[in-house]
Amino acid sequence: MDRPKKNFLSLQLDPAKFEPATEEEKAQQVQMRESVSYMKDAMRRLRKNKIAMVCLGIIIVIILIAFIGPLVYPYTYSSTDTERQYLRPMQYSAAEIARREAGEKVFPHILGTDALGRDYAIRVIYGTRISLAVGILAAVIVIIIGIIYGSISGYFGGKVDLIMMRIVDVIYSLPDVLIIILLSVAIRDMVRDSSSVIIAKLGAGMVSIFTVFGLLYWVGMARQVRGQILSIKEQEYVLASRAIGASPARIIRKHMIPNCVSVIIITAALQIPSAIFTESFLSFLGLGVTMPMPSLGSLASDARTGLISYPYLLLYPALSIFLIVLSFNLLGNGIRDAFDPKLRS
Amino acid sequence: MSELLLSVKDLHTTFFTPSGEVHAVDGVSFNLNEGKVLGIVGESGSGKSVSAYSILQILAYPGRITSGSIKFRGEELVGASEEKIRHIRGNKISIIFQDPMTSLNPTFTIGNQLREAIRLHTDRNKKQAEERAIEMLELVGINEPHKRVKQYPFELSGGMRQRVMIAMALACEPDILIADEPTTALDVTIQAQILELMGDLQKKLGMAIIMITHDLGVIASMCDEVIVMYAGRVAERGTAPQIFYRPHHEYTKGLIRSIPNIENDEKNPLVPISGTPVDMLNMPEGCAFAPRCERAMKICLTEKPKEIIINDAHISACWMNIKEGLEKGVIETDENGEIVRIPLDGEVAYNG
Amino acid sequence: MAEKDILVDVRGLKEYFPVTTGFLKTTWLKAVDDVSFTIARGETLGLVGESGCGKTTVGRTMLHLYKPTAGEVWFDGVKIEKGKTLREYRRRAQLVFQDPYSSLNPRMTVADIVAEPIDVHKLCSSKAERSERIHELLESVGLSSEQATRYAHEFSGGQRQRIGIARALASNPEFIVCDEPVSALDVSIQAQVINMLEELQEKLGLTYLFIAHDLSVVKHISDRIAVMYLGRMVELAESNELHRHPLHPYTTSLLSAVPIPDPDKARRNKRIVLQGDVPSPMNLPSGCPFRTRCTRATPECAESCPALREVSPGHLVACHNVG
Repeated sequence: MDRPKKNFLSLQLDPAKFEPATEEEKAQQVQMRESVSYMKDAMRRLRKNKIAMVCLGIIIVIILIAFIGPLVYPYTYSSTDTERQYLRPMQYSAAEIARREAGEKVFPHILGTDALGRDYAIRVIYGTRISLAVGILAAVIVIIIGIIYGSISGYFGGKVDLIMMRIVDVIYSLPDVLIIILLSVAIRDMVRDSSSVIIAKLGAGMVSIFTVFGLLYWVGMARQVRGQILSIKEQEYVLASRAIGASPARIIRKHMIPNCVSVIIITAALQIPSAIFTESFLSFLGLGVTMPMPSLGSLASDARTGLISYPYLLLYPALSIFLIVLSFNLLGNGIRDAFDPKLRS
Repeated sequence: MSELLLSVKDLHTTFFTPSGEVHAVDGVSFNLNEGKVLGIVGESGSGKSVSAYSILQILAYPGRITSGSIKFRGEELVGASEEKIRHIRGNKISIIFQDPMTSLNPTFTIGNQLREAIRLHTDRNKKQAEERAIEMLELVGINEPHKRVKQYPFELSGGMRQRVMIAMALACEPDILIADEPTTALDVTIQAQILELMGDLQKKLGMAIIMITHDLGVIASMCDEVIVMYAGRVAERGTAPQIFYRPHHEYTKGLIRSIPNIENDEKNPLVPISGTPVDMLNMPEGCAFAPRCERAMKICLTEKPKEIIINDAHISACWMNIKEGLEKGVIETDENGEIVRIPLDGEVAYNG
Repeated sequence: MAEKDILVDVRGLKEYFPVTTGFLKTTWLKAVDDVSFTIARGETLGLVGESGCGKTTVGRTMLHLYKPTAGEVWFDGVKIEKGKTLREYRRRAQLVFQDPYSSLNPRMTVADIVAEPIDVHKLCSSKAERSERIHELLESVGLSSEQATRYAHEFSGGQRQRIGIARALASNPEFIVCDEPVSALDVSIQAQVINMLEELQEKLGLTYLFIAHDLSVVKHISDRIAVMYLGRMVELAESNELHRHPLHPYTTSLLSAVPIPDPDKARRNKRIVLQGDVPSPMNLPSGCPFRTRCTRATPECAESCPALREVSPGHLVACHNVG
């Protein structure tokens, strides 16, 4: 109290200040913070994560190129031209040079051409598109099977859970590469005999890839969802809902699924790059897409033949896989951090 | 008059959270004399635990002491070297926590953990430490201490574990024991055991205790002096009888009124404090309690009240005292016109 | 009071939980062992005891949230069984929880939380009626209707407890089990919630089972108090009677252990400090479960478990050495 200060008592002597405050005046002092839902809060945190946002940007650009690119690009992925094999990037074939000299505008082969004279840029774009489609579709399959399986197992618990989780353990312990190769070969034979138009159009390889994902890759998601459901089941709001008389369907729909969303989003975001990687890997082994349809894996595989003379043919699909997988992984990590309730302030 | 042990002056501890700065301790001062029991009472978020953690400098990550002074036997602890603090921590000043379940390491035996604590601060050898550990367990009323030292924490009940924690905290005969809600997690009958034990040990060993709790009942049965905290500041400070029988802060008065008294047979409605606890990220401009205060005045909403001496050791930060002082004409000022004292209670005879 | 209009009648309630103690070995944890009581309409019965004494389990089992191992619950003269009576019971009997954090779904708005009973039991026919009812409920617990669109985590503990109470009131129940509704709240907020519960009881004619470990709170709110120890009811009496003339040695020590917020009285108060800890409910002592800590235990206590019997009108106690 020995600090020099302005005359304290004179300040007090203003009797108006010692009038009782009104309720409104008091209420003004307390403002509630802006309302934020859990999702909004997570999104805000995600937006603050620079790495995740850059990755999101890269993914959006890649998706735009992959899906809009083929619509405006003048070449197709399957048209061959024996006169323009192995053109270097931005190089023109003899015929094209002649056409240019005749005053015609010829679109350049941005990334050159491959062994059959197909424009490489469009093939990489198409490959990316296939890879992305496979990744996202696989994630959808995994999400659907995983959520249903995991929530049934977690909700009913007891013996149901015991049996369902032992099945998951068995699938988990299978050497997946071996199963994938065996399944792909088996399905390939089955598809060849099938008369279905859709399957024929998709190609045996694609069908086998989706089957493999459907059979093997949902177990991670199922485990995650089950674990989450088990912990939500112990929450008192679930008990509260039961005390009210809510049906199991309502409890799952209103209480369990919404509280699983973050886990599902996180797992799915990390599932996409792994699916893309698996697809590329299978296509590289020749078990994926059917010719002439390109995928990043088959492009890389094809590039091996002329690797010494034309190394850039391997570079582009590899770079594309690298960018997609890295971006999705980093974005997935960002989403996980944003949704992780432990980091909530 | 016993010797001054600990002196805290104008302590500020701030947590730098992503959502903003939280002034968890905002200018707290108090003294602790040898052999006294000081109670710090307040609701969650009032800064009572953070004040104690600041003394030992065991603050969680975004928290930091920003200014102020903490003197232990005249030695400054704020800004002292980590080595020096470590020498004091557990040796001169010990702490026990609320949750006896998590404050013991589940992978080591009781004896092992006790021995570690003893050997860390004394030069006893393993055997001597073992003897001391058993002696300490006996002291805190654990039967068959020879058997208990070989047990793991999960084999003991909550009350037992809190006893072990106390044994560990007292093993080096500290001058100050900080008890952070030591009985909150325990049942009533076990709480009675622990309080009894702490009272006995305090008399036997003569250490000072800083008792942090939200339970006025615990304060009343244990403490010589009481600090009432609200929103990081000291609302009122005084001896236990002063605080309980002559409170001079609207928050203290409200707190005492709001608890049901088991001795009261008539079913009168309780007198609650209205409103909700302060949002520490969104502190009111004036007195933090003003929005909930029944008798809040205009000045309460615009200016923070200063701590003013009411009587000897009785200090209160409430504008109401100045109003009452003005009405009674008992404000004592110094030559600058600054208020020194407002003896509102006249000549006081305490029975405490 | 007991002869009056009885709303809730619990008879011989038992709840045993299986606990795996070893490989393929199961022991039964007797959380609630043969508990009977009645609650009259408009009455508040307090239920006190230490952690693990089974008081929360009594509340939950009598609401049929756990399947009773044995015993019956009669509500308003009807025995509660699976099916229609249970569904109706779920509307008329509600539960308020201790933890205001885990008992509200973090992904739902306050309006949806409060309206859950309305939606489950289809109590409102139109959207407008529903939102009007939500506002009415929020106002009845002292919250403003503008707060209906917010999420539970934006509120303080006391406000969240109010939301939980509004949810319990939404289906116009007659009976509410309040399971430690104020234990997790700050002292200054506890009184708000207790007063509100009392006002609501008066206004809506509610009947409460008030479970708590804090005797002073229970004594304040209850008409009668039941004391539980290790799954059994040891004493039941009118609340002032229990406070003034506790008969069971456990009740006596429980009462003396309550810290009194008054320094002079606290210093004069001679605490009867119980020795030892509560035995594990997995491994109960023979006879009276309290005998291991009891100062008045006799050989008889180890042989047989005393039954709850009426020693004076309305005062029941389970002890061999009383009366």
